[in-house]
Amino acid sequence: MNFDDYKNVWVFIESFEDQPKSVGLELLGQGRRLADELGQKLVAVALGRDTTELACASAFYGADQVITVDGEEYASYSADAYGYAFLKLVDKYKPNVILIGATVNGRDLGSKLAVSLRTGLTADCTALRVDEETKNIVWERPAFGGNLYAQILCATTRPQMGTCRPGAFKMPPERPENHPECIRESIHVPQDSLRTRVLEFVKAAKSGEIPLGQAQVIVSGGRGMKNAENFALLHKLADALGGTVGCSRAAVDAGWMPQSRQVGQTGTTVSPRLYIACGISGAIQHIAGMSESDTIVAINKDENAPIFEVADYCIVGDLFEVIPAILKELKARKEA
Amino acid sequence: MRIAVCVKQVPDTTEIKIDPIKKTLIRTGVPSILNPFDRNAVEMALQLRDTYGGTVTVFSMGLPQARAVIREAIAMGADEGYLVTDRAFGGSDTFATSYILSSALKLKGPFDVILGGQQAVDGDTGQTAPSIAEHLGVTRVTCVLDLKVEGEKCIARRKVEEGVEVVEAKMPVLCTATRESNKPRYATIARKIYSLDCEIPPISKADMPEIDETKIGLTGSPTRVKNTFTPERTANGVYITGNTAAEIAARLLDKLADAKAL
Amino acid sequence: MALLYTEKQKALIELVREMAENEIKPHVKECDEKGFCDPELYHWGFDMGLHMLEVPAEYGGVGLDYATIAMIFEELAKVDAGYAITFVTSFVALRNVILAGTKEQGLQFAKTLAPGKFAAFALTEPNAGSDVGGMKSTAVLDGEEWVINGAKTFITNGSIASIYVIFAKTDVAAGSHGISAFIVPRETEGLSVGAHEDKMGLRLSNTTDLFMDNVRVPKENLLGELGGGFKLAMNALNQSRAFVATMAVGIMQRALDEAVKYAKERKQFGRPIIKFEMVQGLLADMAMRTEACRCLVNNTMRMMDAGIMPQKEGAICKAFVSDCAQQVTSDAVQVFGGYGFIREYPVEKLMRDIKVFQIFEGTNQIQRMTIAGCLDKEYK
Repeated sequence: MNFDDYKNVWVFIESFEDQPKSVGLELLGQGRRLADELGQKLVAVALGRDTTELACASAFYGADQVITVDGEEYASYSADAYGYAFLKLVDKYKPNVILIGATVNGRDLGSKLAVSLRTGLTADCTALRVDEETKNIVWERPAFGGNLYAQILCATTRPQMGTCRPGAFKMPPERPENHPECIRESIHVPQDSLRTRVLEFVKAAKSGEIPLGQAQVIVSGGRGMKNAENFALLHKLADALGGTVGCSRAAVDAGWMPQSRQVGQTGTTVSPRLYIACGISGAIQHIAGMSESDTIVAINKDENAPIFEVADYCIVGDLFEVIPAILKELKARKEA
Repeated sequence: MRIAVCVKQVPDTTEIKIDPIKKTLIRTGVPSILNPFDRNAVEMALQLRDTYGGTVTVFSMGLPQARAVIREAIAMGADEGYLVTDRAFGGSDTFATSYILSSALKLKGPFDVILGGQQAVDGDTGQTAPSIAEHLGVTRVTCVLDLKVEGEKCIARRKVEEGVEVVEAKMPVLCTATRESNKPRYATIARKIYSLDCEIPPISKADMPEIDETKIGLTGSPTRVKNTFTPERTANGVYITGNTAAEIAARLLDKLADAKAL
Repeated sequence: MALLYTEKQKALIELVREMAENEIKPHVKECDEKGFCDPELYHWGFDMGLHMLEVPAEYGGVGLDYATIAMIFEELAKVDAGYAITFVTSFVALRNVILAGTKEQGLQFAKTLAPGKFAAFALTEPNAGSDVGGMKSTAVLDGEEWVINGAKTFITNGSIASIYVIFAKTDVAAGSHGISAFIVPRETEGLSVGAHEDKMGLRLSNTTDLFMDNVRVPKENLLGELGGGFKLAMNALNQSRAFVATMAVGIMQRALDEAVKYAKERKQFGRPIIKFEMVQGLLADMAMRTEACRCLVNNTMRMMDAGIMPQKEGAICKAFVSDCAQQVTSDAVQVFGGYGFIREYPVEKLMRDIKVFQIFEGTNQIQRMTIAGCLDKEYK
């Protein structure tokens, strides 16, 4: 394998109904930095039924080049169709680096490509940089629920691949003046290599609950909540603050909350304006998923709880006394 | 129907603590558990067997102590289990691990359905199971809530960020289960007792003569850990105190208002 | 804890603990307030096989030893003794059918319970409590059938059982030697149950009257020998007493767990109350009694495993443990102070639950008579 044949930093622009998901655009910011350090191009790769919007967004967020593949078979994600087209593109253009969002589909595609290309894939990276000496990418990722961070290299194969979680990086600056080179590729996937078919799509019901990833205020509960019923208290506080309710893994394991509300390394990574941790001791796996929040409040009985190490405001006390008091105070202020 | 489930033994990450002085991971005394997502995969396998009949075979790659999690799956109701273990497998990354597991599945297969957890709570990569599908060349459907088999096809409800996809897939199929897929059953007392000393045969490299040695272990792994470190954290939070909860609440809200966090 | 557990025992205790903590405990408070166990909760115990633990494998059970079963039920009783006793009562009935009855009777009884059904043991009558021989129910042979008439009271599992062992006089003149036992399925015509009792404690355990109005069962439903009912009942009680005691130990352990936890959290005079010697004394006494009782139960169970019918030891075990348990649960309330007296806190229920342990399966006064009677014989 001649490494010099492999050039440029690719970002997969994942989409839903031909609209770009934010994670791909966030990665353009990281890709920009890597491409500049390597002296290579930043390339956005988009597949879809109609990739117009995806190409525009890629240009807007700084891609030097946009490769698009349009076709009915790319209307919704499938490992077979996306994998087939992507492998054709990799074979033709030989990228040095491929960045993919660590979404359900991104992880799926990543593993498909890495095995087929027999190359390394580092999942859930939280920091990326170029090693000055070797020019390899140094992929930094948390392990053991964020208790440990590891720097990973993929030094013997190309392309180098990694996934990053939505929300792990901020959106790059807008560049309305950017006019990338656009390449339209026509790739048709043979019918018999499509082994899956989407029969139906049921969009997540608008339950009125704000998705964790989008909430500006999150009130989270952990083992200290004692039971499922007590989460009603957190819902009251979240409602009063215009936010939503999250939880720690302990609360999910106990069956008090669904996993979709879990904040942390094995749940959702969040960075809201205000995060209130109630009865959460602060296992690192939880902290890894919320420490980027702008303001963190921790309420815990145990003064030695590690959550206090990351909190901006620490309250050592009984949440069942403190939260009702906060609710009362909020109401009083609202009425005043 | 022949069903296989791949499971992993992981440290209970909620129990991991950092040495406050040395700032290193305290590994001693941390309990090892069956990866919670894999428990859902085992339950999914048992439900399939309850519906369609057949057998459930469990595979885990690891050191001999990983037999504990295979035993747990057997206690829940799995029929048999194999420990995939060999010195030569040490240092494998997800690529090599998934290749080795796929070789073991081939050895004991073919299987109609292969299941695994969506991710492991220690590594969190979510790659191993779908990579196994790729090595085996079988259809994969990740993040599956439930699964129905209809002849040569199966219908899976697949949970993605925007909602639920109903996917028809050609068999054989590899699916990954999430925490929301089901509520894993408890072992029965009788099955628990059986599981404690039933035989769990090892599968070593020598058992798989066709295995490609360039794809296993440290040398077969395209990724390499350069170094590891524990995250630095400096506590500089403001402690809010008061004589009553009301006093604390008022002070907190003042602070939050000042910080424009409300 | 005091016992040396095998790896197997540890694994089983852990399994039951996990189930009980996650699935039963969250509902106990509500069920206790309502006064009955939500029927939805029974399947957790059935699914795990708790109703068939000591039943030999040939009858579809697990065939576990008594010592280990006791550990499992102690664990279950920590969460709720009423829930636990529902299962214990059922398998003690089955056990005695297997011991006293024919192979067919045993298999039939086991087959009824295996899919997840309960059995009940109907001995006590309104006017025949401690004085079993004074029972008024009768069974008369009419051709190929026994015709049973009478009434029973305080029957554990009375309205939730699918099959009963009912005691009745087949020879009214013969006192306790005139008592026989019969297997009676729930759906038998003439068998009816009274209202579930509103009890002080053990409120998750089902307790009702039972009425037999010309209940006809086939001749072969006679269990054991004609006139052998008293002996059968006494044997059953000898066994169940140690089981009752193991559940009392569960309650004691829970009381201790709650009290220590509270004593570490509760601060007075600027420090946790566990740092005060008077509280330490209470907690230490609770721990001593609990450990000693657990050892006593374990020893009795091991005697039963060795095939010894523990008449004296069963009585000692039941009376001693249940007496100690009164003190331990009362001490737990004491450690909690005023909060202990409040229903919101978990310890007052333990005190209510434990009282009946001095009363049922033979009052502790009757136990002392039994113990003294054994001593009298031993020292001849």
